[in-house]
Amino acid sequence: MRYHRQLRSLAVLCAAGLLLTACGGGRGGGDAGGQDPGITESEVKLGGSYPLSGPASAYATIAQATQACFEQVNAEGGVRMGDGVTRNINFIVYDDGYEPARMLENTRRLVEQDRVFALFDTLGTPTNSAIVDYVNERQVPHLYLATGASKWGSNTEEWPMTIGWQPAYSLESAIYAEYLKRERPGARVAVLYQNDDFGKDYLNGFKQAIEGSGIQIVAEETYQVTDPSVDSQVVNLSRSNADVFFNITTPKFAAQAIARKAEIGWDAMHLLNSVSTSVGSVMEPAGAEASQGIISAEYIKDPSDPRVQDDPAMQEYKAAAEQYGDFNIENEYGTFGFAVCNTMVKTLEQTEEPTREALMEAVRSIDAENPLLIDGIRVKTGEGDGFPIESMQLQRFEGERWVPFSDVISRYEGNTPAGGGE
Amino acid sequence: MKKLTLTRGGTAHRTIMLVTVLVLVAVALYLPHYYAPYRVFQFTEVLVFAIAVLSLNLLTGYTGQISLGHSFFFAIGAYTTAVMFRDLDVAFVIPFVVAFVVAFVVGFLIGIPALRLSGVYLALVTIALAVITPPLLTRFEGLTGGSQGINIDTPTAPAWSGLADDQWLYYICLVVAAVVFLLARNLVRGGVGLSMTAVRDNELAARTMGVNPAVPKTRTFAYSAGFAGVAGALYTLVVGLVAPGSFTIILAINLLVGTVVGGMATIAGAVFGAAFIGFVPVYTSGINPALGGVIYGAVVILIMFVMPGGVMGLARRIRGWLVTLEEPADRRRASGTGQTETAGSLPAARAGAVDGGTEQSGTTDPGTAQDDRPGEQTTTGDRREN
Amino acid sequence: MSLLIQQVIGGIAIGSIYASLALAIVLIHRSTGVVNIAQGEMAMFSTYVAWQLTAWGWPIWGAILAAVGLSLLGGMLIERVAIRPVEGASHLTVLIVTIGLLLIFNQAAGWIWSFLVKDFPSPFPGGVWALGQVRLSASTIGVLVVLLASMGLLYLLFQYTKVGLAMRAVATNPESAKLVGIRVGRILMLGWGLAAALGALSGVMVAPQLFLTPNLMFSVLIYAIAAAALGGLDSPGGAVIGGLVVGVSENLAATYIDFIGSDLKVLVPFVIIIAVLMVKPTGLFGQREVARA
Repeated sequence: MRYHRQLRSLAVLCAAGLLLTACGGGRGGGDAGGQDPGITESEVKLGGSYPLSGPASAYATIAQATQACFEQVNAEGGVRMGDGVTRNINFIVYDDGYEPARMLENTRRLVEQDRVFALFDTLGTPTNSAIVDYVNERQVPHLYLATGASKWGSNTEEWPMTIGWQPAYSLESAIYAEYLKRERPGARVAVLYQNDDFGKDYLNGFKQAIEGSGIQIVAEETYQVTDPSVDSQVVNLSRSNADVFFNITTPKFAAQAIARKAEIGWDAMHLLNSVSTSVGSVMEPAGAEASQGIISAEYIKDPSDPRVQDDPAMQEYKAAAEQYGDFNIENEYGTFGFAVCNTMVKTLEQTEEPTREALMEAVRSIDAENPLLIDGIRVKTGEGDGFPIESMQLQRFEGERWVPFSDVISRYEGNTPAGGGE
Repeated sequence: MKKLTLTRGGTAHRTIMLVTVLVLVAVALYLPHYYAPYRVFQFTEVLVFAIAVLSLNLLTGYTGQISLGHSFFFAIGAYTTAVMFRDLDVAFVIPFVVAFVVAFVVGFLIGIPALRLSGVYLALVTIALAVITPPLLTRFEGLTGGSQGINIDTPTAPAWSGLADDQWLYYICLVVAAVVFLLARNLVRGGVGLSMTAVRDNELAARTMGVNPAVPKTRTFAYSAGFAGVAGALYTLVVGLVAPGSFTIILAINLLVGTVVGGMATIAGAVFGAAFIGFVPVYTSGINPALGGVIYGAVVILIMFVMPGGVMGLARRIRGWLVTLEEPADRRRASGTGQTETAGSLPAARAGAVDGGTEQSGTTDPGTAQDDRPGEQTTTGDRREN
Repeated sequence: MSLLIQQVIGGIAIGSIYASLALAIVLIHRSTGVVNIAQGEMAMFSTYVAWQLTAWGWPIWGAILAAVGLSLLGGMLIERVAIRPVEGASHLTVLIVTIGLLLIFNQAAGWIWSFLVKDFPSPFPGGVWALGQVRLSASTIGVLVVLLASMGLLYLLFQYTKVGLAMRAVATNPESAKLVGIRVGRILMLGWGLAAALGALSGVMVAPQLFLTPNLMFSVLIYAIAAAALGGLDSPGGAVIGGLVVGVSENLAATYIDFIGSDLKVLVPFVIIIAVLMVKPTGLFGQREVARA
C-alpha cells in the first residue's frame, strides 16, 4: 500500500519534471558572437586558482605575488598589447585548497561566470589534470601553469590551449643524469621521492636519462605527504651501498632528509631537486653544516641570495613587492610569481589581436627575456616546442649560499625529454 | 498567533507534507534551467555530496557508529566507476550498481570487526581507512592509474533530451540521489531502522527485546558504505578525474561535518549538510582568502552552539513554534507514554519482528516513529539515565 | 644487524614523538571524556609561540616554559569559550567543535607565521654517539626522558592527587561529581589547560626534528591517536607504550617487509591496533566500560 502511494507520487513528480524540462531555457544567453569573452578596449580578464587554504597553503604566496605584479602593471598604466590598445589586467583568483574538484569548480566559475579571457598560472599537477580537458574543449587559453609536469608541454596536439612555464621536472632530472655521466660514470644512486606524480615525474625522467649508461638506481624509498618524517627512509637508503643520493622532496621533507643524512654520517653525493632549494626555508633550517656540498639546478634568481642584491631586476622586484604586495619579499615564491607575471605581460604585448587565437599564437612563438631568471635563460617556445623555459644552471651549496659551478645548460632548448605519465 | 494543531498522519498533515515535497521537487527540477552552467555544476556537486553525507548519517545518525573513514568507501565507488569506464564498454546504470555492490561488500566486511568497537574507539580506528586510501590507490598502479589517477570523459547530453551537458549531468545526479534517498528513507523507517535506533539508544534494552545488535549494525555499515560508493561513482562522472589526492582524510572530516550540520538521524538533513560543506568554504575564502579557514572553522563551531541539532533540528524547532503535532489516538495508547516515544517504550511486537527483517508496513505507518527525535537529544537523555 | 638497531632507535625516536602527543589526548579524554582532534594543532600553535619568543631573543628553555605556561592558560580559555557551550551535548557535537578548532589554529598559524618551513632550535645538546654504524643522538634520549617524566607526573596526578581524583570523577559521571561538591567547570577547564600544556611540550620536542610548519602536528596526530587507541584512552603508560610500538613496528615493517615498503607502512600500526582492539576493545591498558541500562 505504501509503495503504491510512493509510486503514485513519483509518477506525479516525473510528469511535473517533464513539463518543466519542456518549458526550460531562460538562463544566461550564449556568447555574443564573434567577440571573445574577457577582453574589452580597456581590460583583459585573467583567472587563476591556487591553494589559499589547506595543507598546500605555502603556495598562496605565488597568488599574492602575481596579484601584486599585475597591480603594479596597472598602476603604471597597463599593458600595451600588440593591437595597439593599452589595457589593464584584471586577475581573478579563487581558492581550491589543492583539491581537483574545487579547481574544476573554480575554473567553470572563471570561464562561465566571470568569463575570463584566459586562465593563468593555475597551480598543481593533479588540479590542472582535472581541468585540462575542459579548457581545451572550450578553447580557453590555459597558460603558464605552476607545475613542472612534462605532460603540459609534450601534448600540444591533444591540449593546444595548455602550456606550462617552469622547466619540466624531467628536464631537471636529465641535467643531473648528464652531470653524473660526466663526473661519476658508474654511480650507484639511491632515490627518495614523494609518492605522487610530482615525485614520479622526476624519477621517470631520471630513469630515462640514465638508460644505457653505467649509472644505476640501487635503492628507492617513498614517502607520503602525510608522513610525519622521512628518517626511516633515509636510514634505509644509507645502507644501500649507494654513492649518490637523489633527494626528490618538498621543503619540509628536504630539510629533514638533509639533517638526517648528516646525522647518520652518510657521505654520498647529494642531489637536491630545485623545488626545495630555498636557503631560508630548507638549507638554513637543515643546518649550514649538513647542507655543504649539496648540488642542485636552478633557473630563477633567489631573492635571499646576497649576490643578487645589486641586480637591478631584483631591486625592482623588491621595491614592487614592498609597495603592492603583502608577503615576505625574500620568499622565493614571490620572485616566481613576479617572473611568471612578467612572461604573461610580454605575451600580451605580442598579442596582435584581441582574440584567444591571437593570444595562443603569441604564446606559441614567444621569445622573451625575463629579468628574474638567471642571466642567459630566455623564455622561448616555437613549432613543436611546448616548453617555455628549458635551461638551468648547476649550483652547489657552499658556506651559506648557492654557488653556480656550471654554465647555463641549454642543450635541451627545444627538446625537453619526456617524463612519466601520459 | 494561534498555533496550528495537526494530527500526525492525518489528512491535513499528509497534504502539507506532500505539497512541501512537491514544491521542493519542482524547484530541484527547475534549478538547472534558471542558473548558469557553473552554478548548476555546483548544485550537481552538492547532490553528489548529499548522497555521501546521507550514507554517513545512516551509520552515525541511526546507529551511533562514528566513522572518520568514509572517504575510503567514496573512493572505492569512484575508482570502480572510473576503471569500468576505462576498461569496459558499459551501459550507464551499471557502474552505479557495481560501485554500490563493491562498496557494500567491503563495508560489510569492515562492519564485522567494527562491531567490537564502541564510540570513540571506532572513530579513531576508522581514521586508518582514510589515511591508507591515497597510498593504496597509488600503489596498485596497473588498476588505479597510480598517482596520475584516471581521466574519463564526462557524459554528454544525448540529442533527444535537448539539454546542455551540465543540465544532463545534474539530472543524472538528481535521479540517482532521489533513488538513494528513497531507499534510505525506507530503510530507516522500516524494521531495520527501528532496530538501528533501538541499538543506538540503548543496546541492552534492545537486546532484551530480541534485537541482536550485530545484525542492524553490520547491515547499516554495509548500506552506508554502499551509498558512499554510489556517491563516489557520481563524483567520477561529474569531475571526470579520480586521483589519490582527492580522497584524503579531509574529505572524511568534511562528510562528518556535513552530517552533523545537516542534522543527525535525518534524511533530508544530508542535503543541507552537503550544501554547507560545498558552499560555505568557498564563501568564507571569498571573504578573506588568507583567513578563509579560520572563518570556516568559526562558523562550524558557532553552528554547534546555536543549533546543535543541525539544520533539521532547527527546522523542527521552528515547526514546533508554528504547529502542534498530535499523535493519533491509537498510537497514544500503543506507546503508553503519550506525546513522545523513546526507544525504551518501543512496542515490543514491532521490535521483536525486526530481527527477521520483515516490514510491517500494513499495520502502522513506520514513517513517523523517529521524526521527533534528533540524535543529540536522545544521547544526552542517555547520559542522564546513567 | 646494525640496520635493525638503527631502525629500532629511529622507531623509538619517532614513537616518543607520537607518545608525547598521545599523552595529551589521554589526559583530556581521562579528565573530560572528550577526544580532542585539535590537540595537535593546538600544540603546533604553542610551538610557534615558543618559536616567536626565541626569535625575540629568549633563551630556548625560557621560551619553552613560557609557551607551556601560556598554553595552560590558553587551553583553559578554549574550554571556557568553545567547549563549555556544548557541554552535555553528544560526543559527536564536541568532536565537530574540535574539528572547527583544528581549522582555525591551522590557518591562523599560517596567517601569522606563514606556511614556510622554520627552524626550531633544539633544547638538547647536539651530540651524536656512534657505535659502529649505529648512531644515537642526544636529542632522541632527551625527548624520551621528557616523555617518561611527563608520563610519571601524569600518573602521579591521576593516582595520588585530589585534583586527579576529581578529574576522574568528572569524566566518569559529571552529575554525581557535582553532587559530591566537585566544581565540575573548573576541573574541566583544568583538564583542557593541562592537556594544552602537555601538547606544547610535545610540540617543542617534535619541532627540532620534523621542522616547524603549520602542518607539523596533523600527521603526528594521526599516529598519536593510533598510539592512544592502542594503549587505551585512559592510560598514560598505555599511550607511551602504544607510541613506541607504533613507531618501531612501522619502521621495521617498512624496512623488512617488501610488500609494505615505505609507502604502505602507515598500514602497520593500524593493523596492530585493530588486532588488539578485537581482543581488548578498550586498548591494552584501558579500563573496561561497564554497561548499565
